[in-house]
Amino acid sequence: MLTTKTELIRVYGTVQGVGFRPTVCRLAKIYGLFGDVCNDGEGVLIRVLGNESAITDFLNKLWQECPPLGKIIKVTRQPYQGELKCDNFAITQSFNSQVETTLPPDTATCPKCQEEIFSPYSRYYRYPFTNCTHCGPRFSIIYALPYDRYSTSMGAFSMCEECCKEYKNIENRRFHAQSIACHICGPKAWLERADGKSVTAYMFSMLDDMDAVCTLLQKGEIVAIKGIGGFHLACDATNDTAVQKLRERKRRRRKPFAIMARDTNIIKQYCYVSLQEEELLVSSAAPIVLLQAKQFQPIHTTINKKLEIHPLSCLIAPGQNSLGFILPYTPLHHLIFRRIHQPIVLTSGNISDYPQCIDNDEAKEKLSKVADYFVFHNRDIVNRVDDSVVRVVNNKLQTLRRSRGYTPEPINLPPGFTNIPQVLAMGGELKNTFCLLKNGQAILSQHLGNLEHAAAFDTYQETLNLYLNLFEHQPKVIAVDKHPEYLASKQGNKMAVANQISIEYIQHHHAHIAACMAENHIPLNSPPILGIVFDGLGYGEDGTLWGGEFMLATYQQFQRLATFKPIPMIGGEKAIKEPWRNAYSHLISALGWDKLIHRYGELAILKVLKSKPLTLLNLAIEKQINSPLTSSVGRLFDAVAATIGICSEEISYEGQAAIEIEALAQNHISSNSEEKLSYVFTTKVLDKMRHIDSRPMWQSLLDDLQNQVPMGVIAAKFHNGLVKIIVKLADHLCQEYAVTKVAFTGGVFQNSILLERVKTGLEDMGIDVIDHSLIPPNDGGLSLGQAIIAAAKFIKSR
Amino acid sequence: MRDLINDIFVSNFDNPILSQLEDQASFELSNLLQYGDRLAFTTDSYVIDPLFFPGGNIGTLAVNGTINDLAVSGAKPLYLTCSVILEEGLSISNLRKVAQSMQVAAQNAGVQIVTGDTKVVDKGTADKLFINTAGIGVIPTGINISAHNIQPGDVVIVNGELGNHGTAILIARGELALETNIESDCQPLHSLVEKILRVCPQVRAMRDATRGGLATVLNEFAVSSDVGIVIQEQSLPIQKKVRGVCEILGLDPLYLANEGKLLVTVPQDYAEKVILEMQSHPAGRDSCIIGHVTNSHPGIVLLKTIFGSERIVDMLVGSQLPRIC
Ligand SMILES: [Fe+3]
Ligand SMILES: [Mg+2]
Ligand SMILES: [Zn+2]
Ligand SMILES: [Zn+2]
Repeated sequence: MLTTKTELIRVYGTVQGVGFRPTVCRLAKIYGLFGDVCNDGEGVLIRVLGNESAITDFLNKLWQECPPLGKIIKVTRQPYQGELKCDNFAITQSFNSQVETTLPPDTATCPKCQEEIFSPYSRYYRYPFTNCTHCGPRFSIIYALPYDRYSTSMGAFSMCEECCKEYKNIENRRFHAQSIACHICGPKAWLERADGKSVTAYMFSMLDDMDAVCTLLQKGEIVAIKGIGGFHLACDATNDTAVQKLRERKRRRRKPFAIMARDTNIIKQYCYVSLQEEELLVSSAAPIVLLQAKQFQPIHTTINKKLEIHPLSCLIAPGQNSLGFILPYTPLHHLIFRRIHQPIVLTSGNISDYPQCIDNDEAKEKLSKVADYFVFHNRDIVNRVDDSVVRVVNNKLQTLRRSRGYTPEPINLPPGFTNIPQVLAMGGELKNTFCLLKNGQAILSQHLGNLEHAAAFDTYQETLNLYLNLFEHQPKVIAVDKHPEYLASKQGNKMAVANQISIEYIQHHHAHIAACMAENHIPLNSPPILGIVFDGLGYGEDGTLWGGEFMLATYQQFQRLATFKPIPMIGGEKAIKEPWRNAYSHLISALGWDKLIHRYGELAILKVLKSKPLTLLNLAIEKQINSPLTSSVGRLFDAVAATIGICSEEISYEGQAAIEIEALAQNHISSNSEEKLSYVFTTKVLDKMRHIDSRPMWQSLLDDLQNQVPMGVIAAKFHNGLVKIIVKLADHLCQEYAVTKVAFTGGVFQNSILLERVKTGLEDMGIDVIDHSLIPPNDGGLSLGQAIIAAAKFIKSR
Repeated sequence: MRDLINDIFVSNFDNPILSQLEDQASFELSNLLQYGDRLAFTTDSYVIDPLFFPGGNIGTLAVNGTINDLAVSGAKPLYLTCSVILEEGLSISNLRKVAQSMQVAAQNAGVQIVTGDTKVVDKGTADKLFINTAGIGVIPTGINISAHNIQPGDVVIVNGELGNHGTAILIARGELALETNIESDCQPLHSLVEKILRVCPQVRAMRDATRGGLATVLNEFAVSSDVGIVIQEQSLPIQKKVRGVCEILGLDPLYLANEGKLLVTVPQDYAEKVILEMQSHPAGRDSCIIGHVTNSHPGIVLLKTIFGSERIVDMLVGSQLPRIC
């Protein structure tokens, strides 16, 4: 039976900017269908005329042959009343309607494009902006949806005849590739000297400016390179002088640098790379992957020609045992790296903690004292996106910074969250991201950094406006952290008042737990779980600062079951930057000053403390001058680090003390695989709540220091002790409250020893453990938690 | 007891209006009109721990604070009231000292305390001594100072070191007062204001930076006039000792209280003249330009640090509480 039908078909999902319409067109022709296809705000709209069963077959095939970057979520069919000409199947102009579609993230150069840029016979030979429907910039160049050339910064370049031909040719890989470009019609990249003098590329290369960059890097110069989501600063990672120069100019003392290598074989010379890690490196998101460094690599700088290993400068990641590697992800990178065998530092193009520059003039102004040369190009970066940072812990992906390659890919919400209002969550203060909820999905913004910096705050506001427009988001509820001084909370308040939107104040650690629950698809109205949240600090319900919490939690509510005994943070924020303050606070609370001096007076840490104005510090504690109480485990790590002599005076980047003490323990543990020695933590009930007391731990730790036990052993015993008490307490609380699931979250759970061991400990007891993977455990994931709690509360109140 | 206390104040504040001892002070309107065409009227309550501190006490604070609230409108301060609430058991000699210093402060500033009241409350229901003062002054014709008047391009001037009062008070709470000898800057500012207005009647905004410090006033300026303000860290006059204490206690001097500091914004062209004039006055010897007003980022105050980066200096909702997670 042949029944001819006219149907209106809608395809939802990641279906724009991925070569979807061409696929539709091609398949339609195969199945002898007539009609047209276009993008609109909701996805892809197909009008089709043809045999009913052919239409069905066509749609089945479409599911199977969805382009690599695309993802079909849903297809709907309905009869179409209008007229369709039965002579052709065409791709028609996009039109706007309500935005419901998703926008693909930026994607690393695909193998076919890589081939072309190195083929002298290709018209893309050495063209730094080569891309196709399977690769290239997306989110970073978009102003508005639907994703079409005119709504991106590629709109400024009109296609040449050749490009036009490819764009229109359905057989071509670039059929309807919105950012198609070539030497003739597309953006250009060029080299400039930072001092403004003219460059003659032939001095460095017979080829072109990109090849000249290669020579410059090898000569030890610092080059600022405009990339996909912002500027980078690059220099030879094996050249001590160059790296040192970069550190000084960038005012970045010790914070590790990411390094780019031409291929995974080079990376494997420096690091252990598992299959899973290799997959991440070469994935289309192309993140920075933290890898365990090989210990044997020589740390001097002479090049060992025989091994063909260029030893890395010891200034790349001081005090760490992992390295952050990334592979080239744009044609420009590939061209620069063609002749380079050694790894190259590729760090964000900014000064200290600022957002990276995205604009040529801005970069010239801000980076000309840092870089010797610039690689500029004339395609505007619309959205600043940093490189993402991931790693593998316990055979599982852990995202530390979710940015380029991942955002703004939507995250599906757990069951129960389908009928929710549009929610906007403002995020935290550091490592800020914000989050939009709409249509059962969460869209998490890219990493926006520390909002206290004026430039970061500007970016935050701009990016927020962009997302609200892009996704046509009209928040019904705004969710903010309870901390009264967070700039994001203040901004949320302002927006709520100005637009008469209701506002939800979400406790920091509850948000961490909810983020973890959401990413693990715990359904709404599930029984409560035990959330273990360790972090730097967050504003607690009682006005003190929390950060070592055991909470019974659902999406709507939480109850604090246990915490670490609170300790004053002398000097407030100063105590975060100067770990000796936490050491002083912890030590005098554990043993008292007299006993410390009497028994341990000769220890280095006591010499440090004795040199401080103790009367003033004691006054601060006694009169509670800027010395808020905190149960933070992050600060406990600082205190232990300072006590054993790791950055006692000052840290030079956030989390440094904790990271370095973990590295110490890691080194010790991996060389003594069955290391189980540990310090003792006890628990006590105070004011009806269980408190973990670290006093016994301190006593033994000081004794060990006195007996000159190696730092690695002390660090390991501290980690092991923490693991034991967490497992013991968690087990106890699970029984007491009849809970079967435990969530680990908060920045401290970036510590892989802690995470791995508590996880195995609890799993051995039959307790179900959830933790983070695609969402960072740190404050980068906070906004997702805030959003989903606000949504849950809204549903309940309805 | 009550009479004794009343007597302490009446005898100290002795002046023709007060000595009438009526239920109200009365004074000739014609007398006021010679100074200008508008009245300025303000009130403030003073509570402080400890009552006595290096550089002043609760009494000097109560007089100078209210004088300054009048002065920053451009007004000439004339009359004050004084109400005290004291906790039973407060030492009479301390009370006498406070009353005396109030009188000295008033006399120095050329104002009269013309009426007042005292109440004694049970022990434990108040903390030692609370003082309320209200003040009346007259604003000269043609002067219009308001936080809403600021224009992009204006410059921001302060009359001297920041944070002295706040730091002195913190230190005085411990037993360290002698070790550090930081003194409160408690002083009247009306004659300094008079000088400023003489060379620049076009003063846009002026406020004394008391509780919440410079940061709070500048934020009020930025929001009220919908402008951006950028201040330079290296231009901020902060005493080394104050900086040292702040460093240790982790306090930001921008938020510390002052009791003799005003912030004034003037059109760029007047800046030099105003600075010179201010520097010739004892309360303005260390006057300097600390920042300027911009078109960009309206409502926000930025601090340009020594390293050239820009930090947002926002209005605190509560105390200085760490935000770093
Ligand atoms: Fe946190
Ligand atoms: Mg006042
Ligand atoms: Zn490609
Ligand atoms: Zn072309």
